[in-house]
Amino acid sequence: MICLQLFLSFLKVGCFTFGGGYASIPLIRDIVLTKGWMTEDTFTYMIAVSESTPGPIMVNLASYVGTVQAGIPGALAATMAVVLPSFLIILLVAAVLKNAMKNRYVQAFLRGMKPCTMGIILATGLCMIVRNMSGENGIPDGRALLTTLVLAAVYFGSRKIGKPDNKKRGLSPIQLIILSAGVGMLVFAM
Amino acid sequence: MSILLDLFLTFCKIGFFTFGGGLAMLSMIEEICVEKKQWISHEDAMTVTAVAESTPGPIAINLATYIGFQMKGTVGAVVSTTAMVLPSLILITVIAACLEGFLTIPVIANAFKGIKLAVGILVLDAALKMIRKMKKQPVTVFFLLIGCVCMLIITVFSLRISVVLLMFSSGALSLLMHCIAQSPKNQEKKGAERHDEERRGDGK
Repeated sequence: MICLQLFLSFLKVGCFTFGGGYASIPLIRDIVLTKGWMTEDTFTYMIAVSESTPGPIMVNLASYVGTVQAGIPGALAATMAVVLPSFLIILLVAAVLKNAMKNRYVQAFLRGMKPCTMGIILATGLCMIVRNMSGENGIPDGRALLTTLVLAAVYFGSRKIGKPDNKKRGLSPIQLIILSAGVGMLVFAM
Repeated sequence: MSILLDLFLTFCKIGFFTFGGGLAMLSMIEEICVEKKQWISHEDAMTVTAVAESTPGPIAINLATYIGFQMKGTVGAVVSTTAMVLPSLILITVIAACLEGFLTIPVIANAFKGIKLAVGILVLDAALKMIRKMKKQPVTVFFLLIGCVCMLIITVFSLRISVVLLMFSSGALSLLMHCIAQSPKNQEKKGAERHDEERRGDGK
């Protein structure tokens, strides 16, 4: 019964969250608090865990709530529910996209929407970097600032040197993640 | 290697290293699925990103599903999506069930602080990669700026404006511009321009 409730609740989250994981937080908060599944404190801690562990945030949140409520079956039910809507939508899109792309009006619509999406992602990246560097009380965090600059210089620098057609094309995103974890352990321990 | 196994392993890897949500993963998808394995074209990846942002659900899932479907139909879609979800499902279940106070361990907390910085860089990198490959016409640059500036304003002033609304407005505006350009009055002028463009294209 609890699994069914988890499934339905997270199906709702999967259907109504636009724009990625962060947008799902208020909706999930609403669900877990009204159903009494979690307290405000555990919820805040759960968000911190979901943000820092790998994987889509929404999936992490669903797995977490599911596990706490009903163990592994709960985790499976909640995760499947949160993934299902986008899975079905994309199957539909993939099936019609090739033909739809031939339509001039669809093309015109996407011509505006695609660059706008890129602009949004660019702005999101900039905001994330700025937010990471400003510590508590809005005072710039010197260590974070310096570390970001060094990481960015190493990453973009190594990619600049590696030629695009060459197999050695500098650091890959995964290598950057691993490097940053190591650097974080050193720098923030000081 | 069978393509299904390849899809599974690749998306497991991406799922395991995607920190900070789907946007950071775009950079990895570009690197692995577009440039290295050439599973989908860059143009397709951008279209799916735009679709993913404007449909509900996790963005990372949308891309995995789409690429899986393109490579091996519905089975491929199921395999890639499962692979993408699996690492986080397992990790979170373990953390939620047995590791209380996981984030309060100093070494782990510090590592995550470092990763958080890298995630910002990766999101920026994804955007720059896409912009670099974009056809630079006045119209696309215009919409790019609209998206960027509006998003900055929304974030800085914490406005409650949905990103989807912003994207659909841009699409609608672009459609409107298309319709105006197509109207009989402008048709003649446009025809001459297109002719010009074609000639330039032949010259290349």
